[in-house]
Amino acid sequence: MEILMIFTSGIIIAVATYLFMTRSLLRVAFGVVMLSHGVHLLILTLSGLETGAPPLLTENAEAYTDPLPQAVILTAIVISFGVTAFLLVLAYRTYKEHGTEDLEELRGNADE
Amino acid sequence: MKTNFLMLHTITRIVSFIVLSFSVYLFFAGHNAPGGGFIGGLMMAGALILLYVTFDAERINRVLPFDYTAIIAIGLLLAIVTGLNSYLFGDPFLTQYFEYYQIPFVGEVELTTALPFDLGILLVVVAVALLTIISIAEDVS
Amino acid sequence: MNNIVLLPVLIPFIAGAVLILFRHFPKLQRISSAVVMLVMLAASVLLVYSVYQDGILTVELGNWPAPFGIVLVGDLFASLMVLLSSITGVTCLFFAFQTITKEREKYFFYPFYFFLLTGVNGSFLTGDLFNLFVFFEVMLISSFILIVTGGTKFQLRESYKYVVINIFASMMFLAALAYIYGLTGTLNLAHIAQQIEEIGQTGVVNTAAIMLLIVFGIKGALFPLYFWLPQSYYGPPAAIAALFGGLLTKVGVYAIFRTFTLIFVHDISFTHTVLLVLAALTMVLGVLAAVAQFNFKMILTYHIISQIGYMIMGLAIFTPLAVAGAIYHIAHNVVVKSALFMFAGATQKITGTNNLKEMSGLLKTHPALAWLFFISAVSIAGIPPLSGFFSKFALVLSGLEAEMYVIVAVALIVGVFTLFSMMKIFIYVFWGSPSLQRSDYSHIKLAPLLMPIVPFIVLTIAMGLFAEPVFTFIQLTADQILDPSIYIDAVLGE
Repeated sequence: MEILMIFTSGIIIAVATYLFMTRSLLRVAFGVVMLSHGVHLLILTLSGLETGAPPLLTENAEAYTDPLPQAVILTAIVISFGVTAFLLVLAYRTYKEHGTEDLEELRGNADE
Repeated sequence: MKTNFLMLHTITRIVSFIVLSFSVYLFFAGHNAPGGGFIGGLMMAGALILLYVTFDAERINRVLPFDYTAIIAIGLLLAIVTGLNSYLFGDPFLTQYFEYYQIPFVGEVELTTALPFDLGILLVVVAVALLTIISIAEDVS
Repeated sequence: MNNIVLLPVLIPFIAGAVLILFRHFPKLQRISSAVVMLVMLAASVLLVYSVYQDGILTVELGNWPAPFGIVLVGDLFASLMVLLSSITGVTCLFFAFQTITKEREKYFFYPFYFFLLTGVNGSFLTGDLFNLFVFFEVMLISSFILIVTGGTKFQLRESYKYVVINIFASMMFLAALAYIYGLTGTLNLAHIAQQIEEIGQTGVVNTAAIMLLIVFGIKGALFPLYFWLPQSYYGPPAAIAALFGGLLTKVGVYAIFRTFTLIFVHDISFTHTVLLVLAALTMVLGVLAAVAQFNFKMILTYHIISQIGYMIMGLAIFTPLAVAGAIYHIAHNVVVKSALFMFAGATQKITGTNNLKEMSGLLKTHPALAWLFFISAVSIAGIPPLSGFFSKFALVLSGLEAEMYVIVAVALIVGVFTLFSMMKIFIYVFWGSPSLQRSDYSHIKLAPLLMPIVPFIVLTIAMGLFAEPVFTFIQLTADQILDPSIYIDAVLGE
């Protein structure tokens, strides 16, 4: 299972890398989303995939899953939710101001 | 041009009500079972966004005349102040207290200080999600 | 039970949340934010004092014992950084009162200013790797908003790149965190240090170390990861640029210091050699880029980069004297760099331009501005008896003691170039015949602009004149962070 998960996360991160390399504002934003998903899977996998009861209130379960990675991932999801929302609005505003979403055309100096 | 989305309007009236009540359930289920302020808040925001999409923004704004920026601030403050109350008992920040009470008709109920903290989070999440989407939507029209 | 450690994080957080409610009352916002900042300054002085008196202070949030819950740890280094951030925060705020536009005040300038400080102070004080990530994000999201408000074409474009780079770094941070959690099963910094001491610093640990170095290197503008910095710090107004230039990169540097003195200390021949090479390249390339510029603000932004090189150099040499020199350099740099950015803002307000070639003769029309600028310029170039001299002296001396002659030579040459480009600014801006008519600048009152800068100038002179007691204190700080067991014992108990 670990190997499958590692490959899944690897593929997601590869997709994210590809999207990062494209020249479109929006695709880069999607790259950010994909990257965050890939990394969250990585956290879940590297901290060990175990099946068992959550260690909540019951102390006589056979096996426990580690709750910390899940807490970490939940927090990370919340953060990437906020950041993605900001990034999308920013991409939209940049597109409106510049009239283009091609990053090649978004170069140049401050004094133009 | 005014289009008549009869199906959408009818279904939204029912569905949004179900989603809203489920979000309230999730909010209270949180802490010891899956649920909590964040999940409940997202679901509540989802229901409200459904309303915004179905009916026009003006009508919803008349029904829900809230300043979402202020709600974010209030939610944040609620969460911090809940954390701060542990200072009164000389414990570190964010220490939580809980106690079981017997309430007539309801039975035994657990009251925790995590609840107002979660309520703060719920307010922040709802307001942030709505504010983001509304501000983009209003810019287009 | 030392809730005083929490104050520098809580005060700005509460202030930011309250100030959101008062967005339509600029006057109220100004007064209350000034009061809050002064309270915060007092709290951080108190924090430094009590850490100095009682040793490392810790708070276990939510009363969860140390390796399980999140701890905030105030040791000497962290509390010193908090003090520096409060000083910068106060002065930049007062400078902002003079220079910030009404529009920005309405669009949540003050709340996000305070959230930024929450993130900065939190990153300094936290004792948990994941919590460090969270505070980084608090800081970054506020910095995104401070950088982008105003929404000019240039700002939007450059902030998009800044945001994407930083999110990429954050995600990499999470990946490194996954490695470390997989290896050690903990996220508490002290506990990680303990675990890695047991399992030894093997290849995988080094991988995680380098990943963290890349992450903090992006935040701290290390070679070759500094490319985002000059353009994005150029956009925002001077008060914000001063805060960012003085403080934000130092958070990355602080994180490098924390991890490479506490956790990754068992394979110095590898990790600290990497740091040494990066330090040298950062210094040289930063200063070369600065020399080539003819724009006041741009020169300063490139100098941020070259100065970061000095700090990392001290860490890479890794003797008590070198680390003390590096900490001294951080303190000196926060003070002087913020002052220089404010000078850039003040001259821009007077002359209406940032281009060196379009200014001249401000020495005749604004002598106070010119001489105060002169002091901070020679201080950053490292002329005695100002603070910049003593930090560089300690760094060079420790390099000679450790027989690392190449890096010493690089540091000295970079110092000469720094002096050169500062003098270039001085000659272009302040010498020559005045380019401005009296009517051009008479409506701008100089005194309120200069008042916030004066404390910085006083500090740089004081850190030079009273170098001995200051250095003793910093030596103590360096000794504390170079002995990880002190930190580990304080957090985890005996």
